[in-house]
Amino acid sequence: MKSLEELRELRENLKKDIDMRDNKDKPQIIIGMGTCGIAAGAREILKKVMEEIKKRDIDVTVSQTGCIGMCEKEPLLDVKLPGEDRITYGNLEPEDVSKIIVEHVINGNIVKELVIARMEK
Amino acid sequence: MEDTIYRSHVLICTGTGCKSSGANEVKVKLQDELAKHNLLDEIKIVETGCHGFCEKGPIMVVYPEGVFYCELEADDMEDVVEEHLLKGRTVERLLFKEAMTEDSIPSYQDIDFYKKQQRIVLSNCGKIDPENIDEYIAVGGYEAAGKALSQMKPKEIIEEVKNSGLRGRGGGGFPTGLKWQFANSAEGDKKYVICNADEGDPGAFMDRSLLEGDPHRIIEGMLIAGYAIGADEGYVYVRAEYPLAIERLEKAIEDAKEYGLLGENIFNSGFNFKLNIKKGAGAFVCGEETALMASIEGKRGMPKPRPPYPANKGLWGKPTNINNVETFGNIPFIINNGSKEFALMGTDNSKGTKVFALTGKINNTGLVEVPMGTSLREVIFDIGGGLGEGRKFKAVQTGGPSGGCIPADYLDLPIDYDSLLDVGAMMGSGGMVVMDDGTCMVDVARFFLNFTQSESCGKCTPCREGTKRMLEILNRICDGEGKDGDIELLEELATHIKETALCGLGQSAPNPVLSTLKYFRNEYEAHIYDDKCPAGVCEGMVSAYVIDEESCVGCGMCAKECPVDAISEKDGVYVIDPEKCISCGACESKCPVDAISQG
Repeated sequence: MKSLEELRELRENLKKDIDMRDNKDKPQIIIGMGTCGIAAGAREILKKVMEEIKKRDIDVTVSQTGCIGMCEKEPLLDVKLPGEDRITYGNLEPEDVSKIIVEHVINGNIVKELVIARMEK
Repeated sequence: MEDTIYRSHVLICTGTGCKSSGANEVKVKLQDELAKHNLLDEIKIVETGCHGFCEKGPIMVVYPEGVFYCELEADDMEDVVEEHLLKGRTVERLLFKEAMTEDSIPSYQDIDFYKKQQRIVLSNCGKIDPENIDEYIAVGGYEAAGKALSQMKPKEIIEEVKNSGLRGRGGGGFPTGLKWQFANSAEGDKKYVICNADEGDPGAFMDRSLLEGDPHRIIEGMLIAGYAIGADEGYVYVRAEYPLAIERLEKAIEDAKEYGLLGENIFNSGFNFKLNIKKGAGAFVCGEETALMASIEGKRGMPKPRPPYPANKGLWGKPTNINNVETFGNIPFIINNGSKEFALMGTDNSKGTKVFALTGKINNTGLVEVPMGTSLREVIFDIGGGLGEGRKFKAVQTGGPSGGCIPADYLDLPIDYDSLLDVGAMMGSGGMVVMDDGTCMVDVARFFLNFTQSESCGKCTPCREGTKRMLEILNRICDGEGKDGDIELLEELATHIKETALCGLGQSAPNPVLSTLKYFRNEYEAHIYDDKCPAGVCEGMVSAYVIDEESCVGCGMCAKECPVDAISEKDGVYVIDPEKCISCGACESKCPVDAISQG
């Protein structure tokens, strides 16, 4: 280690992984992973989400939830930005994921054509 | 840098406590289950050091949710993977239940045990992988060393440590900044820094947990100390009984060398620092600084009279600074946040926090860190969850074999160096043993004296002979053969040993006897004059059990339970043969009508 700056630069790079353990004030992506969700392809959606996060280098938490009763509309994916309503997207295809991430998670604009529900904060 | 981004991190404690309750099996099974469900590239397993809540081990925390699972078994991993990690449903049955309310608490931060603590030294323990230097750096590690070495002069660092009010966490409570100043001003071409990790108090595991859970923090503290006093070499003196702490420290030193955080010209400051580990063979006296240095030099571990103090003439005759593990653990916080911020915590003369190893007859055994000035009651009842069902608090022992027993009257005493000394105990390194109404205080005093007596190095007469004679008297009292005058003789011997022994071990050895005599003198008297052990512990004087004829319903449960067939039926009721009775109490616990008691 030759300087404090070098250490700080290294820390910025290393932080991303460990920041995952801090879930406060971060956008949340929640994927329906009940039996119905998995059968409808939720695993592929989840994998795609992880790819996008890595590609676009964004700081979010990804968690899963069980069946919420809307099995008909699986796979489901919710986006909850800090201080905003929780938006549920449904009937998703893996291609839809990048749109949701870019439009909603990064730019804050809800992808209206894919929304099926809104849960107020 | 790693390439994969994981959606979830599962932190498993593999500290010594959790390992011994089966954390390794849990980890292996978790890996298998993750592989089975194809989740290995989505979910990362991180092995951490002690979370402190050893009572409930093995322990696991699942992020990002921060769900806390405890008392795990390998077979539970099927549910954790399938339900939680795959489907996102918390496994209710594995959550922690609060002893008082029986409520299930899913989140780490909401458990009483953690909620009431303030973790400075332990801030990373259980949160990062101690074998991964990257994780330490990611949470801000080595920032303090970088700041100290590239932006501060040694004198400024010493001023900062002095202003913080930090006192030695090994027990003595000497101001750390002052100690550094002495070593800094001492003349010498070569100086040393030593970390005292020779933790020997029965029931204490603060240093071990810290070295296992966050070894880089200690390296960083030593590095800053080395720069401040002008030492280019350091030793960590750690007992060989701590294999995991040694293994993790060795790895940490290697990694720090590779990153250029140990070695030459660190942070381009021109400062060099080399760190060695010296494994001790586990003699209690080697925790005494002069004996410790003799042991590093390869000599028999025996203390020397002071002065000369180590700051002037220490290891191999060179100026040396010795601090305890926890003391070094406080240094990065002080440099990063400033002495003012540190001094906000604690009491007038004891600043910061203190780590305690909470053990004994308490619900939540474990490692806790609280601000100085927290009351004993808060630590024992709020964090420790109180005593077992139906049991009454009797005393708490702090400071290990050098400390004393504090009775219930002082439960609201704020814990700091001076308040503990005032009541005849001491801070010590942080052992805290809780005792209930089933504990005999004479027996406790005997236990600790037996420990110091066998650990006495034999160099000075007061300690070698005096503790031996005191132990003989205590043994005699516990065996029911105490004599009139024994208490006075104990007091006289204790006072002389305290005044004349060579080192801290001998000077403090009588403390457990003196403090129990001060607060529980009636128990000593009951042993000697009434031939009774009020707590029913001392075997030499427990009397046989008797059955009350009036209350006996003749069920015969007692007779079935008796291991020596001392109980027989006579005219519809049962009687105990006092000649055969061994006073084990098995019958008493079985009797449905409470007709049995000790005669």
